[in-house]
Amino acid sequence: MKILVCISNVPDTTTRIKLSGDQNAIDLSSVQWIINPWDELALTRALELKEASGGSISSVSIIHVGNAGSDATLRKALAIGADDAIRVDAAPTDAYAVAHEIAEAIKDKNYDMILCGIESSDYNGSAMGGMLAEFLNMESVSSVSKLEIEGDELKLNREIAGGFEVVSATAPVVVIVQKGIALEPRIPSMRGIMMARKKPLEVVAATGAEALTEFVHYTPPQPKAACKMIDADNPAELVNLLHNEAKII
Amino acid sequence: MAYPYNPPDYFGIDELLSDEHKIVRSSIRDYVTRSIVPIIDQAAQQHTFPSHIIKELGALGVFGPFIPETYGGAGLDHISYGLIMAELERGDSGIRSVASVQTSLVMYPIFAFGSEEQKQRFLPRLATGELIGCFGLTEPNHGSDPGSMETTLREEGDHYVLNGAKMWITNSTIADIAIVWAKDEKGVVRGLIAEKDTPGFSASETHSKWSLRASVTGELVFDQVKIPKEYVFPDIRGLKEPLMCLNSARYGIAWGAIGAAADCYNTALQYAQERLQFGRPLASFQLQQKKLAEMVTEITQAQLLVWRLGVLRNEGRATPAQISMAKRNNVQMALQVARESRQVLGAMGITGDFPVMRHMMNLESVITYEGTHDIHLLITGADITGINAFE
Ligand SMILES: Cc1cc2nc3c(=O)[nH]c(=O)nc-3n(C[C@H](O)[C@H](O)[C@H](O)COP(=O)(O)OP(=O)(O)OC[C@H]3O[C@@H](n4cnc5c(N)ncnc54)[C@H](O)[C@@H]3O)c2cc1C
Ligand SMILES: Cc1cc2nc3c(=O)[nH]c(=O)nc-3n(C[C@H](O)[C@H](O)[C@H](O)COP(=O)(O)OP(=O)(O)OC[C@H]3O[C@@H](n4cnc5c(N)ncnc54)[C@H](O)[C@@H]3O)c2cc1C
Repeated sequence: MKILVCISNVPDTTTRIKLSGDQNAIDLSSVQWIINPWDELALTRALELKEASGGSISSVSIIHVGNAGSDATLRKALAIGADDAIRVDAAPTDAYAVAHEIAEAIKDKNYDMILCGIESSDYNGSAMGGMLAEFLNMESVSSVSKLEIEGDELKLNREIAGGFEVVSATAPVVVIVQKGIALEPRIPSMRGIMMARKKPLEVVAATGAEALTEFVHYTPPQPKAACKMIDADNPAELVNLLHNEAKII
Repeated sequence: MAYPYNPPDYFGIDELLSDEHKIVRSSIRDYVTRSIVPIIDQAAQQHTFPSHIIKELGALGVFGPFIPETYGGAGLDHISYGLIMAELERGDSGIRSVASVQTSLVMYPIFAFGSEEQKQRFLPRLATGELIGCFGLTEPNHGSDPGSMETTLREEGDHYVLNGAKMWITNSTIADIAIVWAKDEKGVVRGLIAEKDTPGFSASETHSKWSLRASVTGELVFDQVKIPKEYVFPDIRGLKEPLMCLNSARYGIAWGAIGAAADCYNTALQYAQERLQFGRPLASFQLQQKKLAEMVTEITQAQLLVWRLGVLRNEGRATPAQISMAKRNNVQMALQVARESRQVLGAMGITGDFPVMRHMMNLESVITYEGTHDIHLLITGADITGINAFE
């Protein structure tokens, strides 16, 4: 069995996002990039499965659509333990284009299981995995928080309102994972970082898939208003301010 | 309570690091956040070394990161080693000390001076943490002046016999092997590997420290300990080789101290912005700003110093005197930052709720071991004047 994990390169969650002057692009100049947290967990689970498989899972590969700036993120994924990486050399423009590029890049590679995160932590599109499955004409299961392999069958828990449902599936399949799929993301070891230097990172040309969506405008969230402290013994002042200043009562 | 760790990078020194350096740093940082920060206060309060972390540190690869992969190391460069030390010391100087000793004072001498058989036998197991080592140079009567050591090594037929005592030894009771320095019949310093289980070798722990409480320090006693000939380093004659080990460790400490300093500064800065007195944040008062501004200035200088030192060391050009200067400057800087940070936190600063007082107390050891603050100054003095003032 061969596993492929789709890796999205996203700004570190502590990054303060700044917009460009005309508000239709994000200023990426001082952004620190990380592996999308869901994808890091997916990779961790894939490696756990491989290690427990007694050799029946032969490889865990990763794929990413992005330009060379993403290579550091891919090296980290290789240091965590992925065997090889493919980067489709194109700026990722939307989920449709990304899914199309990935499908084209891997159509002859016979992966048995493809793992995606449920969303990217930057654009939160929640669309890529489903689209990829359609392009590849594969089944897909989304919102998976537990993934076990029993013989030829995959046992999956899907998060649903109020609980989870247990689903079984057979390869080939696209599995779209939720938090919980692995306990914690695996931390690369120093030896893993060294080994990552020698692992293949193949850069393939993009097919030039067109995006179907276009971002017209961004609006940052309202900054938090200053906090006004009102003495606990003065409820009249609170009512007065809510009525006359905030005008909400 | 620990704030999220955001160490300062005021001069964009990150841009001087490679992608691989940053992966090294983020890995150790994540490990420390996940596995050291939550347990370290209790370990220090209880004066115990959290021994379960040995295997974790081994798996992470912090033992011997610059030792080649053929001997179980990671084969990384010296800037990586420095970054690892800084991130570990952000957790605790005691945890960093364990990694320093194992790497620079145990694995490094075996790698640099050991026979092929010694390397094969010990290095891979030291790298994983299956074996722990310690380094015995200091004696009850000889600290800054190790050349006067009294421990002896005598040749007796097909083996040697070791007699004497070593004091203030990190990892004393948890070590499986000790790198020991002793004088032969001619009064020449020799180095050897002693195994814990050898008859006549005993170790004890000093239980009343106010510093490095989460690390083991103690005594080694050798009473007629038989040392096989193949456990003595073949070519070591004199203090040059033990000093080379100390150089490697001091280099790591120069980086490590920045981790402790950055943790204190990060804590003080956030606390000062949150805590209100006289209706204003502490950070709005000029006296507190002076402290914080001086701290970040000092940390930035220390960062630049070790970055340059790392480049020189990677090129094999860092001199012992340069390493002394960096160790002395950066540890003093960290101690100063810790003391100032502690005051910014007021009474909260003396509690274990924040890491500051623990770092401050730890740094009192760090400024003393691996050559005291005074001795390193005298090394600089000797280097620039050509006159040795300490012998
Ligand atoms: C107008 C616009 C501009 C953008 N500009 C940039 C940019 O400059 N730089 C940049 O890095 N991103 C940029 N993006 C984001 C990038 O396009 C996203 O990676 C892509 O749109 C999928 O995002 P999503 O939120 O729809 O993915 P989701 O559907 O939320 O992602 C789910 C999963 O799909 C997989 N996945 C997502 N993206 C990728 C990818 N690129 N490669 C491999 N697997 C992936 C991951 O497994 C992820 O967990 C831009 C997006 C738009 C719409
Ligand atoms: C927690 C801890 C862990 C340690 N771990 C180890 C270890 O693993 N292995 C090991 O071998 N050692 C270890 N040490 C010992 C350490 O290296 C020594 O403590 C250090 O070298 C100083 O020696 P001393 O304590 O005997 O002080 P002394 O040499 O007695 O010095 C006392 C004071 O006199 C000053 N002084 C000494 N000589 C001069 C001079 N010529 N001119 C001016 N001032 C001078 C010193 O600067 C110092 O302030 C450790 C120490 C500590 C505290």
